[in-house]
Amino acid sequence: MTSRARWLVAAAVVLLASAYVLPLWRVDLIAPQYPEGLGMLIRINGVEGLKEYDLQSINGLNHYIGMKAIEPDAIPELKWMPWILAGLVAGGIAAATMGRRGMLNAWAVVLVVVLSVGLWDYARWGYDYGHDIDREHAIIKIPGMTYSPPVLGRKKLLNFTATSWPASGGIAMAVAAALVAAAVADSALAQRRKRT
Amino acid sequence: MSLSTRSRLVLGAGIVALGGLTYSCGGSRSASLAGTGDNAQRVYVAPGEYDELYAFLSGGFSGQVVVYGLPSGRLLKTVPVFSQHAENGWGYSEETKPMLETSYGFIPWDDLHHTALSQTKGEDDGRWLFVNGNNTPRVARVDLTLFETSEILEIPHASGNHASPFVTPSTEYIVSSTRFSIPVPNRDVPIADYKKAFKGQISFITADQPGKMDIAFQLIVPGFNYDLARAGKGPSAGWMFFTSYNSEQANTMLEVNASQADKDYIAAVDYKAAEACMKAGKGKRAPADYRHNYMPPGSGTAISERKTSVLQILPADCPGVMYFLPTPKSPHGADVDPTGEFVVAGGKLATVIPVHSTIKMLKAIKDKEFEGELEGIPVLKYASTLAGEVQEPGLGPLHTEFDGKGYAYTSMFISSEIVKWKLGTWEVVDRAPTFYSVGHLMIPGGGTSKPYGKYALAMNKITKDRYLPTGPELAHSAQLYDISGEKMRLLLDFPTSGEPHYANAIAADLIKDKQVKFFRLAENQHPQVSRSERETGIERRGKTVHVRMTAIRSHFSPDNIEGVMVGDTVLFHVTNLEQDWDIPHGFAVLGATNAELLVMPGETRTLKWVPMKAGVYPIYCTDFCSALHQEMSGYVRVSPAGSTVALTSNSSKGPSGPGQE
Repeated sequence: MTSRARWLVAAAVVLLASAYVLPLWRVDLIAPQYPEGLGMLIRINGVEGLKEYDLQSINGLNHYIGMKAIEPDAIPELKWMPWILAGLVAGGIAAATMGRRGMLNAWAVVLVVVLSVGLWDYARWGYDYGHDIDREHAIIKIPGMTYSPPVLGRKKLLNFTATSWPASGGIAMAVAAALVAAAVADSALAQRRKRT
Repeated sequence: MSLSTRSRLVLGAGIVALGGLTYSCGGSRSASLAGTGDNAQRVYVAPGEYDELYAFLSGGFSGQVVVYGLPSGRLLKTVPVFSQHAENGWGYSEETKPMLETSYGFIPWDDLHHTALSQTKGEDDGRWLFVNGNNTPRVARVDLTLFETSEILEIPHASGNHASPFVTPSTEYIVSSTRFSIPVPNRDVPIADYKKAFKGQISFITADQPGKMDIAFQLIVPGFNYDLARAGKGPSAGWMFFTSYNSEQANTMLEVNASQADKDYIAAVDYKAAEACMKAGKGKRAPADYRHNYMPPGSGTAISERKTSVLQILPADCPGVMYFLPTPKSPHGADVDPTGEFVVAGGKLATVIPVHSTIKMLKAIKDKEFEGELEGIPVLKYASTLAGEVQEPGLGPLHTEFDGKGYAYTSMFISSEIVKWKLGTWEVVDRAPTFYSVGHLMIPGGGTSKPYGKYALAMNKITKDRYLPTGPELAHSAQLYDISGEKMRLLLDFPTSGEPHYANAIAADLIKDKQVKFFRLAENQHPQVSRSERETGIERRGKTVHVRMTAIRSHFSPDNIEGVMVGDTVLFHVTNLEQDWDIPHGFAVLGATNAELLVMPGETRTLKWVPMKAGVYPIYCTDFCSALHQEMSGYVRVSPAGSTVALTSNSSKGPSGPGQE
């Protein structure tokens, strides 16, 4: 493992750790009667409104379509994820300090798997909220209509336009992944040069 | 467009086309036709855009303040102050009823004359608006983060609180004074004893602490009619100037008998000297009976406290506290220019506008240039305080404001015009007709040390043909002028509500970002709050039934109530659970003899209802709150007195909302 790769991993670790304070994902909701918009921030350990009462307002509106309330306490992943991230950070520190290429590669694979599963899980929750509709008691019933927010991009949901993008923490994680990929490549090239 | 207007337009266009001249129609009822397109642009506020200024117009006999945007003249809000307001339940809800308590009982009306914005260092700061009630002497504070009346103080030993509430440069005091002198203390005496027994009062009210307005001291003064006031600043800092008329002390046919003397007086009060005099123990605690009503933050329920004494000062006991400045003919306005050097008097019947110099006044006081004394108050010589007179200003000068660029603008009631003149040279430089008979005029910040200028608003007493006619009773008319150029230019006229006697306007930026959008439910300290649907309930205490109820889109909880009996008094305590801007809920019940409630998000309001007959009574939300607003209703069953129907209420079984959890 080159010293350059070690520094790249160290930088990736810092970026990953920033997700403890920076939000990962941001969902914005705009409607004619909400010109100021409503929004949610998804953090490593919670879901919160963009403004103080946004989550409450979103839940209040969702009762019209029979969607269950978004309650961060009911999402177990939000309790595990800080620990999983701690594991990733610890692995990265170990890889950077020990400087062993095998360790780096193993850590990189774990990182990619965790990030992919995390994104899939976020999509799964979105799908669940949008599809698990109490159709019997819903006030507004539109046959065939589901209300999952997009994972990435923009989608029209009745009077609301929902957009979903990675927030600063999510971008930091993506950059971290890129840095790790660079570190893996750099170390691999160095290894090949050494052999030839 | 009427035929005559159209023909004038054609004529106007013709003259402009022929001569390239500006067509001026002088006293005609239209604005100058040349450039009306430009005028329209100057007052046009595009959809979704904001006005440049908030304007607070007093409502006069409506007892309200009405808020408009300028320059558009668009109505923004009606703020009830001394009047019950069925539109939102102000003065009808149990929480707001104490605000209208007085020593005479519950008074749901007053004649609200003047507005005064709070100031810091002589400039409008946008914290509060103060207003006066003329009929039952009161002053009030309107909280400009809520646009709601938060405090009302009654003034004892007063009648006709007209020269009020004018504010001192850092809102240390607002003032009150007597328009109709009465016996002090009030008692049964022959009216013919006016000169012997009748007195006026001038009160200084501490105003810089919300919820703590109090009368610092009250001067007992000769029984004249005190009219308008302004605080001094700069060289006249620490002084307050009050006009007075009826120095003849007539008690009948005042229109003739109070118009005899050549001169009445401006009363100059050195309130710093009065404070010193008070400290020296020369004031007296006099018995009094008056109310102080205020809204403590959080509880949302007004408190009305009774006060039983007031500190009084006799000017004769405190030399140096008060002087009289002879001023021609029943003056109305006593308006201090931005530098504080000049006091302009609007002598309603005078042929000139006299301007006193405060610097000369201070010198005259030092040199004792007195022409006499009235009840121990020295009267200065007119010539000793006079700075100049505006000659031939027009007829019926009332009130003067300033643009901060060295010009004064005086409203002329009788000749129905605004007259612009120059301070120092006292020359008239421009005139603009008003439609018709302007009372007060207002320049944004025109009474402060730093006028905003740019516009002048005329508040007219006669409307006649300005708008589509509406029977015998017409809306009072206001006219907006652009005063940024050399010539005043009429931009807009718009109908107003009640009778605006005075107004204030302030840059929107000083107010708009401080608005409370809703109340935090978690901070609601109302004793009958329900912070969630689980906390709702119903309780009987003797013949009173308390219903703790919540409102959230789109249901009440509970919405079925049984066990109320004829002879009961029902108190509906409705909490709006929403925590979002602009989602009020209303509440009304069939047969209620008061009004509806309008409950803001996070707030609790109470409606009292005394059902008279057995039956089933619907309740419903009066404010279209959501797509299912029409469904937001319920029933109260009322059984005959002595019935055995148990007192029960349901809780809403609808889909879960944030209030239910």
